[in-house]
Amino acid sequence: MTITDLKPGEIATIDEFEAYMPPIKLLELGCLPGSSVEILIEAPLNGPIYVNVNGSHIAIRRTVASQIEVLPFKSAEHE
Amino acid sequence: MSKSINVALIGNPNTGKTSIFNELTGLNQKVGNYPGITVEKKEGICKLSRGLRAHIIDLPGTYSLNTTSLDESVVVELLMNKNDKDFPEVAVLISDVENLKRNLLLYTQIKDLKIPVILAINMADRMLRKGIKIDVLQLEKDLDTRIALISARKKTGIDELKELIANYQTLSNQPVVDASRIAPDYFDRLKRAFPNEDLYKLWLVITQDTNFGEIDKKPLQEKSDFGTLSNAELKRLQHKETILRYQFINNVLKQSYEVDLHAAKGLRATVDKILMHKVFGYLIFFLILLLIFQAIFDWSSYPMDFIDEQFAALGNWVKTTLPSGVFTDLIAEGILAGIAGIVIFIPQIAFLFFFIAILEESGYMSRVVFLMDRLMRPFGLSGKSIVPLISGAACAIPAIMATRNITNWKERLITILVTPFVTCSARLPVYLIIIALVIPAGTFLGFSYQALTLLLLYFVGFAAALLSAKILHHTLKLSNRQFFVMEMPSYKVPRIKDVLFAAVEKTKSFVYGAGKIILAIAIVLWFLGSNGFRQEFKNAEELVTERINTDGFSTQSQQYIDSQLAEITSAERYTQLLQIQENAKQQEIASFKLEHSYIGVMGKFIEPMVQPLGYDWKIGIAVLTSFAAREVFVSTLSTIYSVGSEEEDTIKHRMAMEVNVGNNKPLFNFASGISLLLFYAFAMQCMSTLAIVKKETNSWKWPMMQLVGMTLFAYLVALLAYQILQ
Repeated sequence: MTITDLKPGEIATIDEFEAYMPPIKLLELGCLPGSSVEILIEAPLNGPIYVNVNGSHIAIRRTVASQIEVLPFKSAEHE
Repeated sequence: MSKSINVALIGNPNTGKTSIFNELTGLNQKVGNYPGITVEKKEGICKLSRGLRAHIIDLPGTYSLNTTSLDESVVVELLMNKNDKDFPEVAVLISDVENLKRNLLLYTQIKDLKIPVILAINMADRMLRKGIKIDVLQLEKDLDTRIALISARKKTGIDELKELIANYQTLSNQPVVDASRIAPDYFDRLKRAFPNEDLYKLWLVITQDTNFGEIDKKPLQEKSDFGTLSNAELKRLQHKETILRYQFINNVLKQSYEVDLHAAKGLRATVDKILMHKVFGYLIFFLILLLIFQAIFDWSSYPMDFIDEQFAALGNWVKTTLPSGVFTDLIAEGILAGIAGIVIFIPQIAFLFFFIAILEESGYMSRVVFLMDRLMRPFGLSGKSIVPLISGAACAIPAIMATRNITNWKERLITILVTPFVTCSARLPVYLIIIALVIPAGTFLGFSYQALTLLLLYFVGFAAALLSAKILHHTLKLSNRQFFVMEMPSYKVPRIKDVLFAAVEKTKSFVYGAGKIILAIAIVLWFLGSNGFRQEFKNAEELVTERINTDGFSTQSQQYIDSQLAEITSAERYTQLLQIQENAKQQEIASFKLEHSYIGVMGKFIEPMVQPLGYDWKIGIAVLTSFAAREVFVSTLSTIYSVGSEEEDTIKHRMAMEVNVGNNKPLFNFASGISLLLFYAFAMQCMSTLAIVKKETNSWKWPMMQLVGMTLFAYLVALLAYQILQ
């Protein structure tokens, strides 16, 4: 399951990065393994998605989001 | 003499860094460029206490010291170079209170460079509303520094920050995170290879290249026995470093930062749902664009007309007051016209940046980028290009200045290069007069052909911009390792002070940056139009007088005289006739002079080149003078045809009478008209745009490429159109 599989409002936890290495900018913005992630708004026609990751509100394109694996939300890992 | 220390303001974008900078420095600030690159350099002076002044540098916003753009590398290069005259004695890290966690990442990195850092937490007035509690003393202890709680909006905490800066010598300069823990063996080897260097600095130099690549790595390559790592390995280590820093930050904040999640929700989510709605979002954006257009097109026309009149009056005053001669002409028609050509853009630039500043400060701009990203993606651009491109429909100059928000250099360059294709307001007078001449008056589905043609020209301009963006995206060989990620800041009411500062700043940078080039070109064009080497030019007065005496006035002049006389009551006719005839003579002389001036000779010289496009040498001259600014087309034709009036109808009437000597058909017919419209749609005929492109790209290469490429393309399209339609 990746970020793009989530429905708006559904919360998940970002998995360890294995096959895919996201750009360092994403990590800096708080998109780290163990962070919570929630889709807030999706732009139409496969446009970018607006997520709340670890308290950071950011927009990313689907090509990147679809490569970030997520796990069902576990509140323990989310500080 | 008072002592001065360097203070660097560093922080994430959208933290209100600029507001704090404005509060600290007030009007004691200046905006320039870093040498050799086009990143804005803001600096100012702040008086701290008796005998101590701070030289404050507002560094570009960045999320970390891992550079992926030119803006960010400016920050890293300054912080790593102790010999730089701007190297800070103390850094102030500015964070907004809601995103403290993310801002502390950058804090720990700067701390590792052993530079004392004060933590300034801005927007502290929001704490209560957002349910945030901070144990400042505990946080100061854990982060090993001093903290100032600030609200730039409420103007609180600024004095405390000044106090902390003044006492910078008491701050610790020890790191808080040991980055070498991510790969102890590797860092050990590094230490052995470079015993005199700072480990973290070395690490920054080594890793910069994985994302960007500006910093000189020679010393490292000469001595690589510490065991180099592949880019993928370095990237993995950078990931580890970021995670390590976040672990430290999470532990610290657990002790001293509390947020009540229930309080935090609210406004943002509601406003986002409206402004980013699949339908309403676009509708609202469209309405806001309309408002901005109204301002740039309509409201700015009042100050622009005023400027126009004042400069015309000033020119007349100079001509009548100073003794007539070359020097007076140079001042009145060269220098003053050139300065007028700069000042005339100020209202549009100020209006556009006033609105852009509001859109940005309020947080709305990021939503626009989000909404428009999908639309721009097929052309190799992102949503960040939409505002510059659309602004180009008013004027390319502020539009190109607005590209500074595009962090990705390749996307920014492409946007700069293609924006002049968008139909700007200066093309409008040319379009209107030619459309009125050559497009029949009929209607199609209730819309007039003429209106549809105008619409089509706007569409053609946008299409040319987008298609050339796509071509440039594939052909420009520039590293493009940046990808699209954008923070969506919280909504704020813009501070009027910041908005006004931004508008004034942009206007100043246009006047001082592009102004001298525009002035120089205006003087050259004036010289070419008012000087000639031919005998005809030098003896224009005698030759024309003689011709009028023997052959009488030209048909055109006779018409002018008749129409003028018709307006005068019989009693005054006789007294005014001589004056009207003198005017007609002067117009004929001006026309004759222009025909034989350097630019007239050039017009005739290029006639064989423009003939296949359906133009004669007169249009050739008008096309040449249009390189000053497109709207000059109409006034040049009025001088050449010596119609003695800038009334559109008079000129139009005169143009309709022109006959093509080759085939005896009207010169402005459907084929040549379309060819002319297309030429004006695509050609790069605006020296001011060229000047601003030179300034924004810091090189003559790109404006020259625009000039040659766009004009050549325009020529080919116009040629094709005329040959097919003829």
